[in-house]
Amino acid sequence: MGGANGAERKNLRVIGKPHRKVDAASKVTGQTKYADDLVFPRMLYTKILRSTVPHGRILKIDTSKAESYPGVKLVLLGKEMPIPYGALPVSEDEHALAIGKVRMMGDPVAAVAAVDEDVATEALDLIDVEYELLPAISSIQAALDTPEPRIHEYGEFGNIHRRQVYEFGDVEAGFAEADYVREDITFYEGSTHLALEQHASVAQFGHDGKLTLWTCTQDPHYLHRSLAKVLELPQSHVRVIATTNGGGFGGKCDPFAHEIIVSKLAMMTGRPVKICLTREEVFYCHRGRHPVLMSTKTGFKKDGTITAMHHRTILDGGAYGGHGVASTFYTGVLQPTTYQMKRYKFEAVRVFTNKAPGGPKRGHGTPQPRFAQEIQMDKIAEQLGLDPAEMRKKHLVPSNSLTVNWLRVGTMGLGKCIDKVVEGSNWKERFRKLPYGKGIGLACSGYMCGAGTPIYWNNMPHSGVQLKLDRSGGVTVFCGSTEIGQGSDSILAYIVAEVLGIDPFDIRVVTADTDLTPVDLGSYSSRVTMMTGNAAIQAAERAKELLVQAVSAKLEVPADRLVLADRRVFDKENPEKGVTFVEAVWLAEAKFGTLGTVGSYKPPAAPGKFKGSGVGPSPAYSYSAAVAEVEVNPETGIVVVPRIWMAHDIGQCINPVVAMGQIEGSIYMGLGEALMEEMTYRGNRNVVHKFPSFLEYKSPTTMEMCDVITYLIEDQDSNGPFGAKEAGQGPQLPVPPAIANAIYDAVGVRIDEVPITPDKVLKAIRAKAKGQEGRYGPTVFPHCDMPASIFVPTPEEGGDGKAVERQPVLA
Amino acid sequence: MLRLPKFRYLQPKSLAEAVRMMSDEGPDAAFVAGGTDLYPNMKRRQQVPKVVIGLAQLKQLRTTKGKPAEGMILGAGLTLTEVAEDRRIQRAYPAVSKAAELISTPLLRNMGSIGGNLLLDTRCNYYDQNYEWRKGINFCMKKDGKICWVAPSSPRCWAVQSSDSAPVMVAIGAKVKLVSSSEERVLPTADLYKDDGIQYLNKRPDELLTEIHLPPTNGWRATYWKLRRRGSFDFPVLGVATCVRLAGDGTVEHAKIVLGGVGSHPIEVTLSEKAIIGKKLTEETIHDAAEAAYSPAKPLDNTDFAMSWRKHMARYYVACTLRELGGLPQNLPYSETGNNVPALRVFSSGPFS
Amino acid sequence: MKPTKKKANGKPAKAQICLRVNGEPVEVAFAPHKTLLEVLREDLALTGTKHGCELGECGCCAVLVDGRPVLSCLVLGVAVEGHEVTTVEGMAEGAKLHPLQDAFAELGAAQCGYCTPGFLLTAKVLLEETPQPSRERIKEALAGNICRCTGYIKIFEAVELAAARMAGKPAEPSKESIYGRR
Repeated sequence: MGGANGAERKNLRVIGKPHRKVDAASKVTGQTKYADDLVFPRMLYTKILRSTVPHGRILKIDTSKAESYPGVKLVLLGKEMPIPYGALPVSEDEHALAIGKVRMMGDPVAAVAAVDEDVATEALDLIDVEYELLPAISSIQAALDTPEPRIHEYGEFGNIHRRQVYEFGDVEAGFAEADYVREDITFYEGSTHLALEQHASVAQFGHDGKLTLWTCTQDPHYLHRSLAKVLELPQSHVRVIATTNGGGFGGKCDPFAHEIIVSKLAMMTGRPVKICLTREEVFYCHRGRHPVLMSTKTGFKKDGTITAMHHRTILDGGAYGGHGVASTFYTGVLQPTTYQMKRYKFEAVRVFTNKAPGGPKRGHGTPQPRFAQEIQMDKIAEQLGLDPAEMRKKHLVPSNSLTVNWLRVGTMGLGKCIDKVVEGSNWKERFRKLPYGKGIGLACSGYMCGAGTPIYWNNMPHSGVQLKLDRSGGVTVFCGSTEIGQGSDSILAYIVAEVLGIDPFDIRVVTADTDLTPVDLGSYSSRVTMMTGNAAIQAAERAKELLVQAVSAKLEVPADRLVLADRRVFDKENPEKGVTFVEAVWLAEAKFGTLGTVGSYKPPAAPGKFKGSGVGPSPAYSYSAAVAEVEVNPETGIVVVPRIWMAHDIGQCINPVVAMGQIEGSIYMGLGEALMEEMTYRGNRNVVHKFPSFLEYKSPTTMEMCDVITYLIEDQDSNGPFGAKEAGQGPQLPVPPAIANAIYDAVGVRIDEVPITPDKVLKAIRAKAKGQEGRYGPTVFPHCDMPASIFVPTPEEGGDGKAVERQPVLA
Repeated sequence: MLRLPKFRYLQPKSLAEAVRMMSDEGPDAAFVAGGTDLYPNMKRRQQVPKVVIGLAQLKQLRTTKGKPAEGMILGAGLTLTEVAEDRRIQRAYPAVSKAAELISTPLLRNMGSIGGNLLLDTRCNYYDQNYEWRKGINFCMKKDGKICWVAPSSPRCWAVQSSDSAPVMVAIGAKVKLVSSSEERVLPTADLYKDDGIQYLNKRPDELLTEIHLPPTNGWRATYWKLRRRGSFDFPVLGVATCVRLAGDGTVEHAKIVLGGVGSHPIEVTLSEKAIIGKKLTEETIHDAAEAAYSPAKPLDNTDFAMSWRKHMARYYVACTLRELGGLPQNLPYSETGNNVPALRVFSSGPFS
Repeated sequence: MKPTKKKANGKPAKAQICLRVNGEPVEVAFAPHKTLLEVLREDLALTGTKHGCELGECGCCAVLVDGRPVLSCLVLGVAVEGHEVTTVEGMAEGAKLHPLQDAFAELGAAQCGYCTPGFLLTAKVLLEETPQPSRERIKEALAGNICRCTGYIKIFEAVELAAARMAGKPAEPSKESIYGRR
């Protein structure tokens, strides 16, 4: 793509500068409207009655008392919305309100629309629901052991939702080539997004038969499709406006029951209907980090060369599919993006349990296997007597190459990242040399810049941008992308401003409105800068072309000599000669008529051609390296992280201060997952969530946040807009393993699961003192019958990226 | 939005009117000062008083009287911020100001009162939940249900005493004044508490806690160490308040060691006290005192952290308080980083914290 | 608090109070069990004050009552009769942003922006009481406000930047904080 996306551009005026965000002023003055800030005349309020059993059949629902309660307008049940939906077409297993069965505590059962929230709340208690209890499943092991009753009637068998087996090259042959083989079993506990804003939505249904939903969704386009389907409305009659999200982190990607419920209630009552969930209900929506049990078996040579890796994962999926099939792929597909490996086998299983469903949380499915891989790399280096930084650097995936599983890597700046954090942390003087109780550890990661395939099969662009230029010189950017705090609205303004030579604050940005803006698939998979950015460049280049042609004719200067900068269009050889941007717009409008252009973006085709090869490919991969410093009190097991050094290969900063914020926020979330955050349930108490509250779900405060030293590595990727890669998710990945590795450096024990709580550390320290293994973590990887591999020869072995027939290896 | 249930709100203009209102309204009424304990409980429908009697406007409850040498009297309505920032309290009763400073968050300390903290409802992961959640386990005996989910075969409730100021007040021998429309009484703070998660106070509902009487400062010294997950927000999952008086040669003449957060009431660990009384504070005597604290600490699986680990920590934290009071080093492997490393405050609040 | 007359539909009477909000006298009537948070958002249309838990566990809803930062979700509306309430809408002086607002905007300390009003108001009081706070003091003062986006770093830097500017220094953010290290 080269220059088409600006990657070869020089003398950047806007890109790479720490501009304010376009929404900064409204956010610091409290003017930004979030969904719950919206109020309409005659608006009704909704509360949802939720299941009080983890798994059961609904025998009876009596709504009569609630219906006659003063102020109640309507009580809604699942039978009004019989069409199932779900984030992925392969697992549409949800109903907005339960039909016949509930699958978790907190499953929506009935909804009340009333004149105010007090009345709606009071009415909930008047609805009588009779359940027949079914045995509940609260763990991976229980799901494997309990085929009946099934939580869902679809899936592989029993309570197994999904199984995936891929083998790239013959791993057994790879193990045979190895000097050593080791298998490590690890566990990564589930955690949730905990965005500060609780989910809220307002629906309005007009007498013209059109529905409008204002909601804090990250993915208005996918929600648009789900709404139309469940509500049986033409898609053209449904408008979704994604209000500014008060934090997303993946937690607002799925279409949610409450969004469908308020829409249906608006249709039935003819009045605007609002809902704002309580914090507890947000925990029930969840879709966060899956708990994943992992086994990583790796063959390696004395110099650290990886001859084969066999990586197995089991995901505790919770009660619904959601994005789970994709999450399952992500627990393995990105493993080969960092270090070269000759052969790779990946087996994954997702089970259903009676808990809030897992889904996409920052890093979607990849922080778990990254933890497994990076702590194993530390162990391998130790086993071989190599420096873990040097060993990693020696075996990096090269730039512009294909990984063993057919992912195309463009620029690969991990080596530079490692150099920076090694230097900054004074690694060589400190690693294995600090006094007992203090330690440093290193870990790395790779992450994608946008999913290469959309959630539903289609051949259209992933992102579209429209530009409108008017006689005031004003430029409006229309794009379906959704601002969740990451700065996506600003990115559009910066890019268009750069191309058109105007100020970003001259531009008005209109986003995330399915009636007004072209489709963008949503704020997920770190895709927005990559995809809207490229679409915006295309639209802006086309607008620039119109301006240049008009000005060229007027000034009689060849088009290729005209430059757009400083709100002017001028002759680069005679800068005095030019017109203002406004004059250029007038000239162009006179010449071409009303001015508008479009741009669109679709990722390059994936090199892999096997079934399932759609998950993992991305236009580019970002890389991060982290060094964490820890202090461990051996008497208590308490771990403190004073400092983290992070180097991130971002390709090109569109705005460095925004990128810094993404990286610092990623470190924060990684720190929380490493040390304290966990979604845990009481399996023996009706599978209740242990603590669905802001107080007891432990999120680090200002007092726990570590100091951060951030290095931005710019190695432009030809696929990225101006060479840019992502920064919002990748830097989270190395944080938990870097901390685990640092703890080993400090006190010599391996904590092979997160969160790394002090009781686990202390147990390992005490075990070690008694001469036992100084380790805390899972020891057994349960058995699950797996199908034969989809076998694909590696690029090195030749082939065309297609699967081939092969007898399963006898193991 | 989680909202309060409906209730009547009364704003008395004097203490006398407040207690009269309470006696008129009967058991369906509740006093509220800061509201940081009562209102969340009301929103979760753990407490649903029909009448709430507001005290925040009563200046009589916000006074500080007396001198440390004779003992100071704190109005129960002083905010935790006021207690934590009062210079005289900081100098004369550092354990009191420290405990106040470690409670929840700066914002909540601007609201919550010292009296409210002493009367803090006992806490439990099965109880401090929304109505809908509690419905999912068919409630518990502390509210609307029949059984204690922490120990289902137990006839009693095991909710946890979670006040930071309570163990300190017990340890230093502070007294509290309770006022009702019919009588006034002053009792040792230790007698205010009962070992039961439901009936955790020796206080009638119509009695108002008006004053806290801090003892004269005559040579004793006290400290408070708090164990919690984060350096803010969290209730103690273990608090150790220790008060000692040392003779000129360092011999312990008097000792009170009180554990908070590991039972339904502040637990005085008398065996730990015995281990040091008449002896000097050395690593050996501190070790013995710490060991003796292990068995009385009875954390259960109803707060943050693994309960067995919390029990182990009782030893460690008792030792830390005694080392601090005895002027002994805390023996951290990395003490060179000092106490001011911010992240060291992660879990607790003592010098290692 | 003046209770208005009992309504015919049996609904409890509304409370009517006078107070000052952002420097202006305000009279407002609302159901007496409403919190200050609800009154501000629903009865005074001041939706800049946010809510993330309504239980005092997140810090989003912080406002100033008589200049002190408190959590509006745990303050009764009727209890602020006669008091002065400051919300984020009252921070800017006319068209001019408060230096904290300016610094937050400059450093990207507001990402999703949802916790921002609570942080701004808490930090405002911090700088009034401690004009040149250390990083430690800033952490302590803001320890009752949770932010999930920023990792707090840009917030700390913004408070420091605003403090310097309020002291009359022509301060600029450090190169490392806006460009990273290279």
